[in-house]
Amino acid sequence: MAEERIYFYPVFIRLWHLINAILCLILMITGISMQFSNPKYPLIRFDIAVSIHNIVGILLSLDYFLFIIGNLISGNGRYYKFPLRGLFTNLKLQLTYYTKGVFQKEKAPFLINKERKFNPLQQFTYLLVMYYVIPVIIITGIAMMYPEIFIPATLLGISALHLTDLIHIFSGFVISLFMFIHIYFCTIGKTPISSFKSIVNGYHEVHE
Amino acid sequence: MAKFSRFRIAWVTLLLFAFSFGFFLLVAATNTTPVDTSVNAEKGQENSTFSKHKNSAENEKCLQCHGQSKYSYFNKESKRKIIKKMYAELIMNRSVFYESNHREFKCIDCHSEEYLGFPHAGNLRMESQPNCLDCHGEDEKYAKYHFENIEKEFQSSVHSEKHSDDFTCWMCHNAHTYLITARTSENIKQTISYDNAICMNCHSDFSKYQLLTNRQTPNLIKKHDWLPNQKLHFQAVRCIECHTKKINDSTLVGHNILPKKEAVKRCEECHSTNSVLMASLYRYKIKEIRSTQGFFQGILVNDSSVIGANRNFFLNIVSVIIASIVIIGLFIHALFRVIKK
Repeated sequence: MAEERIYFYPVFIRLWHLINAILCLILMITGISMQFSNPKYPLIRFDIAVSIHNIVGILLSLDYFLFIIGNLISGNGRYYKFPLRGLFTNLKLQLTYYTKGVFQKEKAPFLINKERKFNPLQQFTYLLVMYYVIPVIIITGIAMMYPEIFIPATLLGISALHLTDLIHIFSGFVISLFMFIHIYFCTIGKTPISSFKSIVNGYHEVHE
Repeated sequence: MAKFSRFRIAWVTLLLFAFSFGFFLLVAATNTTPVDTSVNAEKGQENSTFSKHKNSAENEKCLQCHGQSKYSYFNKESKRKIIKKMYAELIMNRSVFYESNHREFKCIDCHSEEYLGFPHAGNLRMESQPNCLDCHGEDEKYAKYHFENIEKEFQSSVHSEKHSDDFTCWMCHNAHTYLITARTSENIKQTISYDNAICMNCHSDFSKYQLLTNRQTPNLIKKHDWLPNQKLHFQAVRCIECHTKKINDSTLVGHNILPKKEAVKRCEECHSTNSVLMASLYRYKIKEIRSTQGFFQGILVNDSSVIGANRNFFLNIVSVIIASIVIIGLFIHALFRVIKK
């Protein structure tokens, strides 16, 4: 029998998650303000947006280090690892559950327990975002902060700064979409707000 | 069963990033080797390379003395060969002249024929200097360069208003060295550094600056310290983009230099879709790339990256569509969950 409550989110995870969420939101808003800047209707004045985006970007990089080191020390990182074999089958199962099963009150194909904090779809997207997209956005961001040091004039005949910019913006776009989906999927818990409670008090409420 | 050690995937990923970052730096290091364009042709050096120019032999009569830093002549009085230093302002660098727009000219097309004799007569110094409009004005052949507009713009600029007739075309455009770049250069960065060097010629050199004023040259680095990434801005933007009245499409180079307080200072004037930058060189270059290399190259092959101004219409639409699909999808999902409850 599954336990009713599992202590899933130690303090460092909750703290990191909270900081990460706030910083990402600020970065999204200032990023959009710069990308869609319009002198007549500024969301945030350009130079202010640049300063905020730079400072918060550095803070996010530090927060990411906290995440990496915390995962290494606490062993929380193990929840992100999964065998490649059967990955597609597992993802398909989870996707089918979200597109059909969830409406027919079916049981989730992968029950959450102490050994499995995330379902395969979560593992896959979290790994993709946290270990691929976030490093890319941090590296391209720092490179654009010091373009004279890190960015060559051209790369394969293309302006390297422009390319870095495109990659940075694309990564930001992916993370923004992830955020929407992430927040929505948190409503699929034992009750629509139980997942939000969990990330505050640390206890996951098991549901079937 | 294949066992995956803890973090193997994460570590491999981080290593991959480290390697690609290293590669990036490597490319950066190999790409930043400065191209030395300074030329110091000594007398006779590579004279043969200039012989393809039809007047090079004729011009050598002048350049044998004016082509380098020293000249010599036989003094009939003392019966000795005298070697003297040529004043820097009177040295004509062959390599630069034969690259310039006026490379096919004879010296005596503009200067008096009497200069062919030596020593030169003193009154020749009073010879008046021709201005651009003297040859280029109201000539259909040069219509596309809009010399008359340039003249008009110049007349209302601070250069002209503050310095009256002392300030001539020559202050910025030396007819011996001037090379058109904005329309011909394939490299926008080259055009930018060429055009900015014209301003720096006086604004960073007190000996030239004081020809017109007794004021100290302002420290431009300090004056512009409000600009983030100053060095990059200076490499990527021409002084005239901010310091002239909006440059129009046909002239490409603004001549109406504004007083200091009217210069562009708000970031959004460049960093937005109706960027002032898009009124000139940048739009010209992007249009050219699009017409010669296709649409997608237009997105990627873009030497300048300006946040907010580079917004690509196509990518914009695609991103809005994708974001809408995701949000509508989530909304429908939520709706079904409520209905099926």
